[in-house]
Amino acid sequence: SLSHPTHYHFNKIEAQMITSRTTLDRNDEMNDDLKEMLESSKESLKLEAMKRIVGLIAKGKNASELFPAVVKNVASKNIELKKLVYVYLVRYAEEQQDLALLSISTFQRALKDPNQFIRASALRVLSSIRVPIIVPIMMLAIKEAAADLSPYVRKTSAHAIQKLYSLDPEQKEQLIEVIEKLLKDKSTLVAGSVVMAFEEVCPDRIDLIHKNYRKLCNLLVDVEEWGQVVIISMLTRYARTQFISPWKEDAVFDGNNEKTFYESDSEEKKDQTENKPYIMDPDHRLLLRNTKPLLQSRNTAVVMSVAQLYWHLAPKHEVSIVTKSLVRLLRSHREVQYIVLQNIATMSIQRKGMFEPFMKSFYVRSTDATHIKTLKLEILTNLANEANISTILREFQTYVKSQDKAFAAATIQAIGRCATNISEVTDTCLNGLVLLLSNRDETVVAESVVVIKKLLQTQPTQHSEIIKHMAKLFDNITVPMARASILWLMGEYCERVPKIAPDVLRKMAKTFTAEEDIVKLQTVNLAAKLYLINSKQTKLLTQYILNLGKYDQNYDIRDRTRFIRQLIVPNEKSGALNKYARRILLAPKPAPVLESSFKDRDRYQLGTLSHSLNIKASGYQELCDWPAVAPDQSVRNVEERNLCKQEFFSVLNMYMNVCSESGSESEDSSEDSEETSSDSGKSSSGSEESSSESESEQKKKKKKMKKMALQKKSKPTAADRYSEIPPVRYCPHIGPLRDASPRSDNQRVYFISTQLLQKIKSRLIKSTLPSRVSCLVQVTTPSFGPVKTYELLHHMTGKGLSAKYHFPRQPCLYQPSMVAVQVILTNSSDHSLEEIHIGDRNPASLNIHCFNTIERLEPEASVTVSMGVDFSDSTQAANFQLCTNTDQFSVSIQPAVGELLMPSTMAEQDFIKEQGKLQGMNETSQTVTMATANTSSQAISKQVLSVANVGVVSSSQSNFHRFAGRTVSSGALVLVTLEMKESSSAQLTINTEKSVMASMLLRDLKQALAQV
Amino acid sequence: MIHSLFLINQSGDIFLEKHWKSVIGRSVCDYFFEAKEKAVDPENVAPVLQTPHHYLISILRGKLFFLSVIQTEVPPLFVIEFLHRVADTFQDYFGDCSEGVIKDNLVTVYELLEEMLDNGFPLATESNVLKEMIRPPTILRSVVNTLTGGSNVGDTLPTGQLSNIPWRRAGVKYTNNEAYFDVIEEIDAILDKSGTTVCAEIQGVIEACVRLTGMPDLTLSFMNPRLLDDVSFHPCVRFKRWESERVLSFIPPDGNFTLMTYHVSSQNLVAIPVYVKQNISFFETGPCGRLDITIGPKQTMGKTVEGLMVTIHMPKAVLSANLTATQGNYSYDLATKVLVWDIGKLNPQKLPNLRGSLSMQAGVPRPEENPSLNIELKIQQLAISGLKVSRLDMYGEKYKPFKGVKYVTKAGKFQVRT
Repeated sequence: SLSHPTHYHFNKIEAQMITSRTTLDRNDEMNDDLKEMLESSKESLKLEAMKRIVGLIAKGKNASELFPAVVKNVASKNIELKKLVYVYLVRYAEEQQDLALLSISTFQRALKDPNQFIRASALRVLSSIRVPIIVPIMMLAIKEAAADLSPYVRKTSAHAIQKLYSLDPEQKEQLIEVIEKLLKDKSTLVAGSVVMAFEEVCPDRIDLIHKNYRKLCNLLVDVEEWGQVVIISMLTRYARTQFISPWKEDAVFDGNNEKTFYESDSEEKKDQTENKPYIMDPDHRLLLRNTKPLLQSRNTAVVMSVAQLYWHLAPKHEVSIVTKSLVRLLRSHREVQYIVLQNIATMSIQRKGMFEPFMKSFYVRSTDATHIKTLKLEILTNLANEANISTILREFQTYVKSQDKAFAAATIQAIGRCATNISEVTDTCLNGLVLLLSNRDETVVAESVVVIKKLLQTQPTQHSEIIKHMAKLFDNITVPMARASILWLMGEYCERVPKIAPDVLRKMAKTFTAEEDIVKLQTVNLAAKLYLINSKQTKLLTQYILNLGKYDQNYDIRDRTRFIRQLIVPNEKSGALNKYARRILLAPKPAPVLESSFKDRDRYQLGTLSHSLNIKASGYQELCDWPAVAPDQSVRNVEERNLCKQEFFSVLNMYMNVCSESGSESEDSSEDSEETSSDSGKSSSGSEESSSESESEQKKKKKKMKKMALQKKSKPTAADRYSEIPPVRYCPHIGPLRDASPRSDNQRVYFISTQLLQKIKSRLIKSTLPSRVSCLVQVTTPSFGPVKTYELLHHMTGKGLSAKYHFPRQPCLYQPSMVAVQVILTNSSDHSLEEIHIGDRNPASLNIHCFNTIERLEPEASVTVSMGVDFSDSTQAANFQLCTNTDQFSVSIQPAVGELLMPSTMAEQDFIKEQGKLQGMNETSQTVTMATANTSSQAISKQVLSVANVGVVSSSQSNFHRFAGRTVSSGALVLVTLEMKESSSAQLTINTEKSVMASMLLRDLKQALAQV
Repeated sequence: MIHSLFLINQSGDIFLEKHWKSVIGRSVCDYFFEAKEKAVDPENVAPVLQTPHHYLISILRGKLFFLSVIQTEVPPLFVIEFLHRVADTFQDYFGDCSEGVIKDNLVTVYELLEEMLDNGFPLATESNVLKEMIRPPTILRSVVNTLTGGSNVGDTLPTGQLSNIPWRRAGVKYTNNEAYFDVIEEIDAILDKSGTTVCAEIQGVIEACVRLTGMPDLTLSFMNPRLLDDVSFHPCVRFKRWESERVLSFIPPDGNFTLMTYHVSSQNLVAIPVYVKQNISFFETGPCGRLDITIGPKQTMGKTVEGLMVTIHMPKAVLSANLTATQGNYSYDLATKVLVWDIGKLNPQKLPNLRGSLSMQAGVPRPEENPSLNIELKIQQLAISGLKVSRLDMYGEKYKPFKGVKYVTKAGKFQVRT
């Protein structure tokens, strides 16, 4: 229940002054003032009131009474006032549910606001109001926001998912659907937030990650820092379920390691057949590679999360790359040091070698906080070995003298641990500890006694001198644990100090009643042991002590006394046990093992809260063991649609290259692509063919390369396309690939591209000509042909935004019925333009594949984007709006008829056969006069191809030139024949079902052929 | 993730609370107070605590505790890093991060906290982004706002939030375009009684102040980048360029920022600029101790050592100090038992010396260990590692900016054991 701290916040003087009024009145009065201000018509008064109210909230005072007055201002135009009202609303809505509902409609309206900032903040507040009634409204809002164009709004929706889930866990299934959708999002802004939602709502649904795994790995460097932590932690868990262990002793090879290549085959073969060598899954490698640069992050949480990823996932010999970065974090704030040292402590137990070179970084400074000192000590102890122990012990000597006595005591414990672990120094340590027994500080002495006791247990025979020494010190030691330890030692080794032990017992008999319980128990033990060995001297003393113990206030001591008496003193009642008393009490006891308190911490994932506290925190996700057999790897394969944007474009580009090559060499293209795909399947570089290739193939290759070079001149190259991506973090702006995805990703892209190529090809084949699967169906792109660029938007009309477009004459990937259009957007204004996207279109039914919204275009920058337009085989212009965040410009793309075609390759006889079917109404013919320069067959082809996107059909008659194509949308054949007559005239014939197109094409061709 | 935040002052008053989910009562802080009580020294409170229903993660900044309440598993560093980022933001906005300043700017603080986290997950932590949403208070603006009812809150989404370069806002314009880089190196060292170096390393940082118009793309290169052993970067630095060419290529944030931090490999011998001759002794008989410290230059590369200061945490038994300093002033704080000797510039001809007697509490055994000396110093125009910036190039903009590099060496955690 909430208290009302306002009641108490007046000091005494005030309370005395206001004797007649209660503080409650005062409180009401203050609220009345605020209410009045809130209801005033002046914006500034309202704002002032809200500021005061927020002040009250910040101080933890109750301002819930003002709810009705505040909520009225929820729709205020003043943005600061509105925000403060939001703060209030989120704080008190839970307590004032009915009133809170009044504000809901405002948010619902704001969710539709054109300003993404307003939409996002409306969703933020709506989802933060913890009122169960509005769960359906929230659900709807989340679903809508998850599909919003603005990545910022989508990010907000990911946050809202978690809020709704905690309000109503029943919504889980529906929310998982939204998460699934958002996981596919390609925006770096969304990635971290949706993974966070995933972790909170359905961390066990690892299947949702498969398809997004590679994308997440590739996006990682560009995600904001906080998102990186969450994603890395999730991927660590993912990897432990999907990949097999890289830790097998014999398995030092992975995909990147070339060692296997050099090793002699004959020797290896046997082993390989029996014991399959470990090969790291490329996806496993991808994760390791893409997280590594983040070790250089300024964010300590990111560095730690990468370090734990390497610890849990990397092959053993690679883990040490994280060492330097972790040591670097020790320069950071005290709290950071604390966590990092805890993790290093756990790591250094298993892997001394990782941190040994950095031993000096763990030296303690007198100014360190105690818990930091203790952790450093722990690590130094873990790192101790034969080689460095003398250095460490010298360092420890300084620590023992520390003014911080708790730390000095911890150092003594540490010395004890070194002594047991490294037998060479046991004696040195023991002697050092004995010297400490004469230390002036009691804690130091006590701790030494306790540690010596433990050490002596490991080798008691040689050390009766030390025991005697301790007996002498006994009178001066007051710390109970130390006294108890000495007593235990006396009893255990009383045969070695036969004269001293009874004397100590005598002293104890005198002080017994004044001792602490733990000392009393050990006194009883000592008495019992001495009684068994030397009953002559100690019988009376023992009986005396047992009598004292019998009436002790502590029941443990009474019990123990009773038990010991029955055990050692023979009488008629005590049965068989008495005979064994000696064997029971003086049994040889195993020496205690001095070990690190971090010994078993490794059961928790490093870097977690659970690890830090050494208890399982609520919500902790267990890191499972590696699977024995790797689950299906293909689950992570993605279809082309799921590729991230960049990949998509590079695929597109490569596909185009390959496609046009195959087009010009139609007879071996299929074979070609098979070759490359099988190559890349082996994940060697796809473009390099095997060395065993024949001479003819090499020639072909040369030809291809020439053509590729040609294309690069005429078509936008890969580099052009990448200019669309603004300079990315960590990534050289000159190069297209992300930092974390070097060469082999290139290969992957290529690999996908060849697969894709085949898919697309087969799709085109099916969609265009289901009946014919002969050579006739090759859809090709001419490898040359000028590209005409048209203006879409002039920078004067576009307020600085200018746009040009051209037809790349490539099959459109988005939909086969679309014509591919490339648009070059340039910002010639002096400010950056934002959110460039396509808005309304006319006619509304126009089928356009829009380019992705360009979030930002800097001045002088330009980007090239691809879109697809379904013109339905008509030259009617596609009208649409090109929008920025502030403006909208109506633009239109008017295709020349020739651009509505796709080239088609066919043999001459097929051409004539098809032509025969398209007679009569389907034939348009005219005599044209050609410019003399155009009469060579090369020139003719050039002119025709400049007008229409058709393919050349090789002809056996020199006076016939034939060209074939298909309309993009319906796939109707378009056959062009040019029959050369005398001088420069010719008969131009077009056969197609699309007669309107035929006449237009005829006109264009006629014009072109007449020109030079 | 982060459920609630409490700001607590040294005397244990909660002066601000903020909840990002349901409200959690203040009583949860009692567990923290208990731990604080036990720890005696506020520095010794463990940063991570467990209570029956919550987990508490706290940081200590200046004299304030930032205490966050957590309910489920979360990487503790995530929370710690975030809390420090919050404190940094306050520092950045108000020039200080103290109780007084926070109370004076309570509304701005609250608005900031609201933007920095959504449902306990960090939303906007980049200073440039925040400043576009919530403008830092200035005297002029607060006067204008009172008169006009204007506000400090922006109404559009900051451009940085959406771009791939969230650290830089769009439309930056300056009449004077300038870029300054401060190379600051700190020597962390422990010297033992005899003056031998127990361990020493150099930690460097490059602080930048960049005021450039538009979207400049900068490349900073070093004469001797191989010196740098381990580095961490501001997110703006392109890691790939560093890997391949050892140059820093980046589009800078606007204003002040930390470009990189680095570590100079410990294989190289670290030059120690000063030596310390000291003799501190406490006598078994008589309530007295003696102190005699002399500091002289060692490896200063011909530069002057300035800002020299010696701090000693005396044992509890030392009641007072009766000393004479040949240069500078000394003070002894009776409550904290800290002796500070502020020397100033080191004159190699006349070495500063501090000597005299210490009076001890009677009847207390003499301290086992002599206190260590913490040294502070500064050397201008020197990077002790020898690191040198060779050039700064700008691409993407046409104007010629003014460029400047400054070097400074300081003592970091520089301790002399006695």
